[in-house]
Amino acid sequence: MITLAERINGMFLDVKKAIKERDPSVIHELAKKQTEAGATYLDINVGTAAADQEDAMRWLVESTQEAVKTPISIDSQKLSVIKAGLEVIKNDVMINSAQGDPEVLDTYMQLAKQHNAALICLTMNKDGIPQNIDTRVEIAAEIAGKAMEHDVDMDKIFIDPILFTITVDQKQPAYMLEVFNQIKLISDPPPHITVGLSNLSQGTKEKSLISRTFLTMAIAAGMDTALMDVLDTELMDAAICSEMLLNKQIYSDSFLKAAKS
Amino acid sequence: MEIANVVEKWTGVVQEVTIGATKEEGGTRGKTVTIGGANSLPFMDFDGNPGHKPAIAMDVYDAPPEDWPEPLLKHYADVVDNPANWARKCAEFGADLICLKLDGIHPDKGNIGADETVNTVKSILQAVDIPLIIWGCENDERDNEILPKVSEATKGERCLIGGATQENYKTITAVCLADGHNLITQAPVDINIGKQINILVTDLGFPTDRIVMFQTTGALGYGIEYCYSIHERVRIAALSGDRQMATPVICDVGHEAWRAKEAKASDSEAPNWGSFADRGSMWEAITATTLIQSGVDIIRMNHPEAVSIVKKHIENLT
Repeated sequence: MITLAERINGMFLDVKKAIKERDPSVIHELAKKQTEAGATYLDINVGTAAADQEDAMRWLVESTQEAVKTPISIDSQKLSVIKAGLEVIKNDVMINSAQGDPEVLDTYMQLAKQHNAALICLTMNKDGIPQNIDTRVEIAAEIAGKAMEHDVDMDKIFIDPILFTITVDQKQPAYMLEVFNQIKLISDPPPHITVGLSNLSQGTKEKSLISRTFLTMAIAAGMDTALMDVLDTELMDAAICSEMLLNKQIYSDSFLKAAKS
Repeated sequence: MEIANVVEKWTGVVQEVTIGATKEEGGTRGKTVTIGGANSLPFMDFDGNPGHKPAIAMDVYDAPPEDWPEPLLKHYADVVDNPANWARKCAEFGADLICLKLDGIHPDKGNIGADETVNTVKSILQAVDIPLIIWGCENDERDNEILPKVSEATKGERCLIGGATQENYKTITAVCLADGHNLITQAPVDINIGKQINILVTDLGFPTDRIVMFQTTGALGYGIEYCYSIHERVRIAALSGDRQMATPVICDVGHEAWRAKEAKASDSEAPNWGSFADRGSMWEAITATTLIQSGVDIIRMNHPEAVSIVKKHIENLT
């Protein structure tokens, strides 16, 4: 599966402090550790740490690139912050994320095309986050349509149907699986499906177990990407094992090791 | 209406493996054979690059075969006790490689010693300038005793030596690594073990671009469908990005086809099966032409007529 490593985020105190003091050693360490753990992308989010978010994003991207060549996911709800990150990017890049309004999508699709970037699109629009399956899938279809209109390869599009915390809405994980199943049908080839996995277990006492269990269910329903804690070995192993059980990887006695090599 | 583009895009590529080394490369071969390189299914050149054409290896035995039927034996009757002359004949028949099968070192089949085996190998290298595959007798003890000596004696020739099995891989992997040879990893028609043995040998530091996989072939009527499905699944996994499966594949068509009763039964034993003279070579040719569609890179063969048919078939497909 495609993993977006979540640790370089200004919401974490060590990163927040590093941004404030412009101390790259913390960022270097997180970039290396998450890359070694198997991250496909390193997600970079300045959070609320800096007054000048654009400058902080540029610094985080540059600091990360000093340590590793792993592709970066530039994570911000602000277009100006994403553009600041793109200015200094050297390797493959993902834009995280655009909302599902047509005019917003036009802007982000053009930006993705210009930078040959992958693009995460949220199934939400100016009316907010839909509370039902149908509207989420409808927005996903609009996103896929926009990608085709802008001639962006479907392999570059990642639909995020937005996962809430389990304590907010306990019905949601089950219907999210149905959303995944339906998104797979909106185009051929379908777009990727991604979630912010750690959102689900926020504020609970069993974060790792809840993430791991939902991850295996979600992979079975077609989700192939997640923003997650790649340093959680059991979580990463569960992802590998799920893909093996779904016949996406050939079993061997050393399948875990093989998938990590 | 616009016709949908149905081109398959694959992310993986099968490793290229080169067998044989020229003088400039530290060996003595007049030519080398490179296999693999595919990033599409066999012969699907509209999807991508199907890689190098399958190569034909013709078998030479270190001791005269005891059970070859006359329609096969007649082509080699004058050379079965002289592997060098036998190899020369195979080269004339159009073999891309010689596969020396060391059946004679098996305790039940002659127990030939290391010195004699090394001499045999050297005589073949002198007789022909095409690359060499050297295949043990599949008795672990004897293979571990003889193959290291053969490997050492052919250092620099970049032979393909086999086979490493899940139960017995350390010695042969170590010597092939040390002497610069390619390695056959072997599994008993089992894709999971096939992957595991590749992981085991790469764990010892053996490079993936020197591995050729062997999944114990089944001939037409004798399990070819199992073998076909496994080859196909191996290739699809390789093209989908599974690096442990992205190695070229060898199959043993000649030996398996000529074990079939359809190849061995005489005209009087099977009067309704068509001519005994042609049946075996047809059995071998059909087994080979079927398996090349499944994703194989080297085909071991025996009968010159079957070799000629298969080579022509490959030309027609490429």
